[in-house]
Amino acid sequence: MPANRFNGFTDYGIGIGLRIPHYRHILERKPVVDWFEIISENYMVDGGKPLKVLDRILEQYRVVQHGVSMYFGSAEPLNPEHLKRLKNLVRRTRTPWLSDHLCWGSVDGTYTHDLLPMPYTFEAARITAQKIRQVQDTVEVPVVVENVSSYAEYHVSEMTEWEFLNEVVERADCGILLDVNNIYVSSRNHDFDPFTYVNSVPAHRVAQIHIAGHSKFEKYILDTHDHPVIDPVWALYARAIERCGPTATLLEWDDKIPSFEEVHAEALKANRFFQKQAPFVPAVEAPGARALVLP
Amino acid sequence: MSELLNLQRRVAAVILQPLTSAETMRRSAKAEADALIKPNKVLSSFERLEIYNQQYWFRVLSCFAEDFPGLRAIVGVRTFEKLMRAYLTDCPSRSFTLRNLGSRLEEWLSTNPKWIGSNPRLVLDMVRLEWAHIEAFDGGFEPVLTPAEIEAAGLDLRISLQPYVRLLELAYPVDDLLIEVHDYEGEGNVSSNAARQSRLRTRVRHYAKPEPEPVYLAVHRADDSVYYKRLQLESYRMLKALSQQAPLGNAIERAFEGSSMPEEERIPALQEWFANWAQLGWFSRAPVA
Repeated sequence: MPANRFNGFTDYGIGIGLRIPHYRHILERKPVVDWFEIISENYMVDGGKPLKVLDRILEQYRVVQHGVSMYFGSAEPLNPEHLKRLKNLVRRTRTPWLSDHLCWGSVDGTYTHDLLPMPYTFEAARITAQKIRQVQDTVEVPVVVENVSSYAEYHVSEMTEWEFLNEVVERADCGILLDVNNIYVSSRNHDFDPFTYVNSVPAHRVAQIHIAGHSKFEKYILDTHDHPVIDPVWALYARAIERCGPTATLLEWDDKIPSFEEVHAEALKANRFFQKQAPFVPAVEAPGARALVLP
Repeated sequence: MSELLNLQRRVAAVILQPLTSAETMRRSAKAEADALIKPNKVLSSFERLEIYNQQYWFRVLSCFAEDFPGLRAIVGVRTFEKLMRAYLTDCPSRSFTLRNLGSRLEEWLSTNPKWIGSNPRLVLDMVRLEWAHIEAFDGGFEPVLTPAEIEAAGLDLRISLQPYVRLLELAYPVDDLLIEVHDYEGEGNVSSNAARQSRLRTRVRHYAKPEPEPVYLAVHRADDSVYYKRLQLESYRMLKALSQQAPLGNAIERAFEGSSMPEEERIPALQEWFANWAQLGWFSRAPVA
C-alpha cells in the first residue's frame, strides 16, 4: 500500500536493518540501499559514536525508526524519559513513521527486555490502544505496531491474535508493521493457518513489512533473525504484497550477521514480488544515492 | 487493579525468577504456568513459559557479561557466573535500555561484600572503570570552550568538563588490565530483541592480578573511541575541582594543596595540562546556575 497516512505518504522500497558490523562497509562504500531501519533504543543516547554514525548515515540515506521497548501493551504508564528521548531522535532522523511491537515487557518499572505476548482481551486492547495514541500524539509521526513471534498463549484470551491486532489498530487508528516471519513462527507454535492471519489484516493500514529467518527446534520455532528467509515465509510475503501492494519491506538479520552484500542480496529477493505488483521500485531520493533498478 | 496488570505481574514474577544450574525453569513455577498459560499438542504450559524464562536470562546474562569482562577476569568465571545471577536477581533492569543494566553494580557490591572476595578494592576499582567506560562511550557533548575564551575570562571562570569525561581515583592499575582484556576478548555489539538460542560465551583466559598502585585516571572519548588517560595527582585534583564547578582560581589552589611539586614547576605544569585538555576538547562553559 504505497503512500498512505500510516507511512507518512511515502513510497519506500526494500531496506535493511542498520547493524554495527556493517557500519564501516556502508560509510566507506556507500552502497545503494533504499532505506535503513534503525533500532531506536541504540541511538537514544546523549552522544558518541552511535549518534555520529547515525548522522553520517542520515546524510546519505533515508532512515526509519523501529523500537524494541516502548511496550504499548504494558499495563503501566509510558516512561516519560523514554518518550522524551524518542521524540528527540524522531526530530534527528525525520523518520516518516515509527514502529514498535504489539507486546508488553515491563511491569512496575522493571524491564524484561523481551517482547512478551499479549493476552488477547478487550481490556488489553483498550489499554494498548490508549498508549499508542499517547505516543503518536507525542512524537507527531504515524506510529505503526508490529505483530510479534510468540511461544505461549494465555487462558484468559478472548480472541485470536489477528482479531486482537485489528481491535487495537482500529481503536488506536494506527498503522501496522506486518512481520510475515513472525506470523509464520507463531502459526507453527500455535497451530493456526498463517494465511488466515495475513488475509485478516486490514491491508489499508499496513505501512511496512518485515521479513526474517528463524531457528527450528524439535517442538517449537524461535525467532532468532539469524538465517535467510525460508520459502513458506516468502509465500506469506507474496500474499501480503498481493493484498497490500508494494509495501516498504525490511529484512531483519540480528545474529550471526553475514557480510553486508549477503544481507542486502537476501533483502532484494523481495523485488520479485514487487515486480508482479509494480513496474519499478521507487527511486531513492537521498543525496548521493542512485535509483534502485530492478534486475 | 486491572486484570492486565495482575496477569503481567504474575508472568513477570515467573520470568524473572533465576534459572536452575541446568538453565531450566524452576519446578516451583509449574502451578503458576498451568494457571496462566495454555498447553499445546507438544509443549506443556510449563515448557512454553520456560522459553520466556530462559530468553530473559540468556539476554541479560549475555549483556552483563559483555559489559563487565574486566570484573570476570578478576573474580574468575565461576564466581562471576554466580555474582551476575545474584546481582540481576536483586537489581533487575529499571531502564528501557540494556545499556544501564550495570548502573547499580558498584553500589550492590558494596552492600554485598561476599561477592568481592579478599580484595574488595581491586574488584570495585574494576567495576567503576567498566561503568565509566560505558558512560564515556555515549556520554553527551557540549560546545567546546576555546583556549582564547579561557584566557579572556580569567580566574573567576567556571568551567565544566565534557559529560563524557569521567575521573577515577584508583588503588590498582585496572586500566592496564582492562585494556589487556579488551584486546583479547574484543568489545561487544548492540543488537535487537531477537531471540537467543543460548547465552553468548566468550573466550576466557587467566589474567595476572595487578599489584596495588595509586592511579588517577580520566576516562574519556576521542574520535569515538574510549581512552584511559593517566593523570598526576595535582592535575586530577584540579579536574575534580573543575568538575564540581569550582572557579578556575579555586581549582588551581585545590590542585596544589599539600603538593610536593616545586613552586617553579607549577605554572609550566598548569600551562601544559590546560593546553592538553583544551586540545582534547574537555572544557565547556559551565551552565549558569
